[in-house]
Amino acid sequence: MPKPFTPKIVTANALIEGDVIYLTNNGEWSRRHEDARLFNDEEAANAALAAAALQAGEIVGAYLADAAQGTKGPQPTHFRERFRATGPSNYAHGKQVEL
Amino acid sequence: MYTYTDFDEAFVRSRVAQFRAQVERRIDGSLTEDEFKPLRLMNGLYLQLHAYMLRVAIPYGTISARQMRQLAFIADTWDKGYGHFTTRQNIQYNWPALKDVPDMLEALADVQMHAIQTSGNTIRNVTSDHFAGAAGDEEADPRPYAELLRQWSTDHPEFQFLPRKFKIAVTGAEADRAVIRSHDIGLQLVEKEGQLGFKVIIGGGLGRTPMIGKVVRDFLPEADLLPYCEAIVHVYNTLGRRDNKYKARIKITVHENGIDTMRELIEARFKEIRPEFTGVDQELLAGIKAQFATPPLRKGDVAAYEAAYQMDPVFRAWADTNLTAHRDADHAIVTISIKAHGKTPGDATSDQMRLMADLAEEYAHGELRISHEQNVILPHVHKGDLPAIHAALKAAGLGTANIGLASDIIACPGMDYCALATARSIPIAQEIATRVDELKIEHEVGELKIKISGCINACGHHHVGHIGILGLDRAGVENYQVTLGGDHTETAAIGTRMGPGFSAEEIVPAIERLMLAYLDLRDAPQETFLQTFRRLGDAPFKAALYPESEARNAA
Repeated sequence: MPKPFTPKIVTANALIEGDVIYLTNNGEWSRRHEDARLFNDEEAANAALAAAALQAGEIVGAYLADAAQGTKGPQPTHFRERFRATGPSNYAHGKQVEL
Repeated sequence: MYTYTDFDEAFVRSRVAQFRAQVERRIDGSLTEDEFKPLRLMNGLYLQLHAYMLRVAIPYGTISARQMRQLAFIADTWDKGYGHFTTRQNIQYNWPALKDVPDMLEALADVQMHAIQTSGNTIRNVTSDHFAGAAGDEEADPRPYAELLRQWSTDHPEFQFLPRKFKIAVTGAEADRAVIRSHDIGLQLVEKEGQLGFKVIIGGGLGRTPMIGKVVRDFLPEADLLPYCEAIVHVYNTLGRRDNKYKARIKITVHENGIDTMRELIEARFKEIRPEFTGVDQELLAGIKAQFATPPLRKGDVAAYEAAYQMDPVFRAWADTNLTAHRDADHAIVTISIKAHGKTPGDATSDQMRLMADLAEEYAHGELRISHEQNVILPHVHKGDLPAIHAALKAAGLGTANIGLASDIIACPGMDYCALATARSIPIAQEIATRVDELKIEHEVGELKIKISGCINACGHHHVGHIGILGLDRAGVENYQVTLGGDHTETAAIGTRMGPGFSAEEIVPAIERLMLAYLDLRDAPQETFLQTFRRLGDAPFKAALYPESEARNAA
């Protein structure tokens, strides 16, 4: 049995800086996880990922990540995505201080 | 130290120019990521969780004061003011922007450094004993051979697309400080009937299927080094599996074909190609050796050292743990701990790098080493200078007296940086070190190697730690498995997995229980953790790790 679909976001890294980025509702890229568009439909998520992969001039390594709707917007559900959305735990570097 | 020839210089500069053009073509859209990725990896550029990462080779761990200063300059100019020294004698920058990387490589080339073959399925940075050329117990300095291997393996046309990455380590002493039995090829300089040569070990490796290397040749004459290594890599390149990434390393090739078959094939290939090596390599080697001559060691009074040792308990504690016997009795090898309690293992700030460079210049013939244990070494220090060095280090947060002790932890970057990681390593190392410092027990516990990896690839060498910790993702939660009894030295052993893993909150108390159990179990203060484990086996340590199941069994 295929696993039931769980809500997803499209995420990648920015080509020049390498920053973690998220595909938004209006098809642009944001540095903030809560700006991401949450896909509740598998087909739409896959289509958005395929479209994102064509933007090779801007982004690297797009993929679908699990997320859940929170009060401010989508929130990561796995710790790996939580770290990507904040930054490393040993220094105040990355998104936790830049955003 | 080795100085680039015109050939080396031209080669490195041309690679920088090529990569600059490749980055431009990637940014202007002429290259896709699929086309660009192998090119960036050939130049040590990875994409990690939060940013790109540039891995720079420090060949056989030897670096000059000038080079160290340039690493600091690069950290300040294009990164966040620090660098991370790795278990393979590299330095990694965690925050470069793609557009800046060609300038970083140019700055490296300015001091005869590069990032070539620090990634990809090629022969990687050749590593060595960080005490090479200074230790009292070596047959000969292994670094000239490591440099010869570096030159031979760099851009070697036959070996740019191996089944998988390939790592070589060389040591000059029986005491193995270079983990040669966990390398694809491990070389140990040995003497036989007045002749210098190598014991050759192949098929070691950690990762998913850890293996201790096997001896393929007891004695290889010095002059046969390159053709024999070429024969080994040739056989591997032919037989190594390309169908399954997890079975592609030479350890699996040796395991599946057997060491005897491998030996026959290697010896046959060696016979075939030996005549092609007409002695040019030996002329090169002679030139290289001359550049690794021991610096002129001064004679002089060591009274300042002896006085400080008597009078200053802080200096004495540091001297007892961080100094190693130099082959000259008036000198010492200084290991600078990059493991201050609670800090990230292996991370040095640009200020610390500059201070270490200054100390090397003033007191240590301008030379430094990076160890696979992620510390920095001043290899030739006159004992009379030790109090001044210690004072300067202490003021810069580099005076920690913990070499070889519980807080001298190897830790990979783990999921704080690495895209392959399954859990974090750094915070676990920080918490263990902080805890042992609170308890003030590490000097009592004595020699203890704790090694932490954030995934099965084992960059943190957890399999060969006396205590190994492996971070995994168990159903979306970080979970840490403990192995005991590993050993990275000439008595190499793979640790034994103890049982169910621990959560991030449970792992530090579990390690504390192990240390306390050892203090109860040891025969005498001289018996190390590893010796006690070998004498008693798993049972009493398992009981310490899992007191609840112990209580259940007793009930």
